[in-house]
Amino acid sequence: MSIEMTKADVPGVPLLEVRDLHVEFRTREGQAKAVNGVSYTVDAGETLAVLGESGSGKSVTAQTIMGILDMPPGRITGGEILFRGEDMLKMPEDQRRRVRGDKIAMIFQDALSSLNPVLSVGYQLGEMFRVHRGMSRKEAKAKSVELMDRVRIPAAKERVNDYPHQFSGGMRQRIMIAMALALEPDVIIADEPTTALDVTVQAQVMDLLSELQRDFNMGLILITHDLGVVADVADKIAVMYAGRIVEHAPVHELYKRPAHPYTKGLLDSIPRLDHKGKELYAIKGLPPSLTAVPSGCAFNPRCAMARDVCRTEVPPLAEVTERDGSPLGGRTSACHFWKETIHG
Amino acid sequence: MADEAAGPREPILEVRALVKHFPLTQGILFKRQVGAVKAVDDISFTLHRGETLGIVGESGCGKSTVAKLLMNLEQPTAGEILYKGEDISKLSGRALKAVRRNIQMVFQDPYTSLNPRMTVGDIIGEPFEIHPEAAPKGDRRRKVQELLDVVGLNPEYINRYPHQFSGGQRQRIGIARGLALNPEVIICDEPVSALDVSVQAQVINLMERLQNEYDLAYLFIAHDLSIVRHISDRVGVMYLGKLAEIGTDTEIYDHPTHPYTQALLSAVPQPDPEGRDTRERIILTGDVPSPANPPSGCRFRTRCWKAQDKCAEEVPLLAVPERFKDSDTGARHDSACHFAEDKDIVHA
Repeated sequence: MSIEMTKADVPGVPLLEVRDLHVEFRTREGQAKAVNGVSYTVDAGETLAVLGESGSGKSVTAQTIMGILDMPPGRITGGEILFRGEDMLKMPEDQRRRVRGDKIAMIFQDALSSLNPVLSVGYQLGEMFRVHRGMSRKEAKAKSVELMDRVRIPAAKERVNDYPHQFSGGMRQRIMIAMALALEPDVIIADEPTTALDVTVQAQVMDLLSELQRDFNMGLILITHDLGVVADVADKIAVMYAGRIVEHAPVHELYKRPAHPYTKGLLDSIPRLDHKGKELYAIKGLPPSLTAVPSGCAFNPRCAMARDVCRTEVPPLAEVTERDGSPLGGRTSACHFWKETIHG
Repeated sequence: MADEAAGPREPILEVRALVKHFPLTQGILFKRQVGAVKAVDDISFTLHRGETLGIVGESGCGKSTVAKLLMNLEQPTAGEILYKGEDISKLSGRALKAVRRNIQMVFQDPYTSLNPRMTVGDIIGEPFEIHPEAAPKGDRRRKVQELLDVVGLNPEYINRYPHQFSGGQRQRIGIARGLALNPEVIICDEPVSALDVSVQAQVINLMERLQNEYDLAYLFIAHDLSIVRHISDRVGVMYLGKLAEIGTDTEIYDHPTHPYTQALLSAVPQPDPEGRDTRERIILTGDVPSPANPPSGCRFRTRCWKAQDKCAEEVPLLAVPERFKDSDTGARHDSACHFAEDKDIVHA
């Protein structure tokens, strides 16, 4: 493969691939393995949802891809991040910056604190074009108005000189989306993009995001803890627990037949909108501290199916198959007893 | 939960035509009022003994102001809050203190609602300092340990500090503090929204168990409609300081008649990818208008797809709509819409 970035898709090579990534944090309590051998891929036009609770390592993985991980205390101890087949972690700094600035963009949860309060939104949007495309102020402002129109901010021309506090939460998140789209990236990483928004506004923003993804044929990595949002937009899901992926599956498959007790527990523990239901199923216990992850399977102290082997041996991410051994669309599960979980 | 066959039990908290306006002033020395944020504007509802009334709505709709008014942390501009027939908003001093023993609160954020410099024992025992008659001095430590046990925490943790606990455990501490004085009503303002998914279910189950055990009435304020359905016997939907619709959980979720409720329900992402492309979704345009300058007539009309001239002129009253008066379906419940229509959203 050449050092120069290839524009066109290379057949057989995923757009973005994370391969066996390890990230550690030095803390007072010791080394915390925030990301412990995570692998996933996303292709053009595809939505990968990374589902997990706080501390599962879903955001740290994203920050590592974007190169915004605080180092120290963070440290990448292994793995590769391949963009069109090239390892970004091994690239020279200037080339890495070009890829990250141009080809991969990120949307954060909290739009208000991600925007600079003393600069107008037009200036902040225009910055993308001035810095990366060398446009003049005037050109950049015109581009900003165009972008604000694209994310359906009403009266964009009049509002381009307004400051972030003059916009509502939903509008601010639209500005963040506009900023991410500015350079027409190939991959967008959205970290809990709608968690801070009201449900009617959340629907608007998710709608907009999926529409733009379709139009620009981008790969989308959606990081969330909300099983509802995932079910609405994802193509495939990676479920994370204590720094590892515990299950990976196409969205329809996962909801119909979870192959890991943690996924199954999560699905059972959410209340339903369409009927009242009896007492909720609750996963017992708490997510582990990353400085003291239980030996064997990290989920074993909370798992109803746990046996001796779960306490001693780390379960590998094994391929999940039908009862007769026929493949199930590349599903994987990191459970010693995935057969019992999925087939009952 | 109230026994459904027996019908509603006696009212414990009654809110009548409650209004709270926050004045907007201008000028430094001579402040003049230039307007008002109409946070709560003419709301009435009843909470019965042992029942859970859920209040849902988007941010800024006034649901947390209602909670503050019920706790007497804010004085209402107009209206009455009756606790067992007595207006608590006019009480002060000793009489207010006596009533407050019976109405307690659990807050949203378990990280900021617990004093980091106090031990768990001091936090849960603090209500006894204010109401010494609730527990004699020598007995308090044992009481606090009992409370810890009741909410599922190890009684030996009594000398620990809040930072030694996780979010879910902290919320249990907040609940134990709310229970300390043996109240009849607990006002819960988004009690689980700051918690992880796998921990939410534990706390919800705990709250339901405690309700049965102590015959508590909950006013459960939340924005998560699925959780509210799960825990509530009745649900009220708020929009811009007013109740849009109120009824039993089946009435509101299976037979919503107010367009706002319908839009709200259709916007909830369902944890089931089947039929996600065919589901009918009502996507509202725009944001909630400012409560300082709400639209005339029906407050929802600026975002409503059914709005007509009548909606701008006449404020719709919260009552059973005329066309559903004789209906025997769940559509027969209070709804503040001129053009109420029964529409099943969540099963479509």
